[in-house]
Amino acid sequence: MNAAYSITIIAVIAAVTALLRFLPFCIFGGKGKTPEVIIYLGRVLPFAIMGMLVVYCLKQISFVKAPFGAPEFLAGAVVVLLHNWKRNTLLSIVTGTVLYMILIQFVFV
Amino acid sequence: MKKYMKTILVKTAPVMAGYLVLGLGFGIISEKNGYGIGWAFAMSVFIYAGSMQYVAISLLSGGASVMTAALTALMVNARHLFYGISMITPYEKAGRKKPYLIFALTDETYSLVCTGESPDGLDFQKYSFGVSLCNHIYWITGSVLGAWVGTLIPFDTKGVDFAMTALFLTVFVEQWKSTKNHIPALIGVGCSVICLLVFGSESFLIPAMITIGTLLCLGRKTIERKGNV
Repeated sequence: MNAAYSITIIAVIAAVTALLRFLPFCIFGGKGKTPEVIIYLGRVLPFAIMGMLVVYCLKQISFVKAPFGAPEFLAGAVVVLLHNWKRNTLLSIVTGTVLYMILIQFVFV
Repeated sequence: MKKYMKTILVKTAPVMAGYLVLGLGFGIISEKNGYGIGWAFAMSVFIYAGSMQYVAISLLSGGASVMTAALTALMVNARHLFYGISMITPYEKAGRKKPYLIFALTDETYSLVCTGESPDGLDFQKYSFGVSLCNHIYWITGSVLGAWVGTLIPFDTKGVDFAMTALFLTVFVEQWKSTKNHIPALIGVGCSVICLLVFGSESFLIPAMITIGTLLCLGRKTIERKGNV
């Protein structure tokens, strides 16, 4: 591991992330009104982006190679059903993750 | 002060659980890839973006270029632009606390402050500062613990990164139940799946974001007529 390289990469990621968080306040935060379409996007985008992130997490699944994403879909379904039922974030995440670990380590080896 | 602490602890309890678990997962993976406690701590303090930190480990261990790291961070965290946009008005009068509030605006913190209102008649700026700081501390604690105990865990931790998928799924379910208007959520899933199939797993994020943004703008009238957004 090269420390200088690692520090550079981490600094770049931190800077870009901070930039994204500060940018809206710098552009639209001053005087003058925020355009309506931006406010609209601010309301609806979180719903769409969360859907996108779920797909992003499942992007490595292969449908042409066993087990065809079965562990991901089984564990994912358990998370959704459990969360829909109990609405307890910790319970849903821990149950789903433990189930997934069991599935990929012991069932679909 | 006591009243603030009590309300903030109660409100952030689910995030505490989530961040400790996810932070633990991050710390374990970080340590496994040769980035021990100090590194995990620094990343959690300065980057403070859960999913991006998981991705950062794979970038670092794969020897990614600075450009790749910057572009990936841009894409994975682009959604923060929109969190910011909706917090401009609520955070307008935050004064000296404002820079930190903006820096610490993660998905989970956003979910607790996005209404622009605080519970129990507390001052919103103080409340949101407390929420932001507590969440940051939970995240740092989780990652440091993970990097520390990661070496001591007697079983195989393969698959622990599913915690991130599970987190996004729970937020997705929460959002789904919070509204009757599911068009934005369906646009998000639909566009991403189509772009994933068309562009492949390495390069679908940018086209997915463009199509999502375009469809949301084009469908604005329909979506707003349905209400609940």
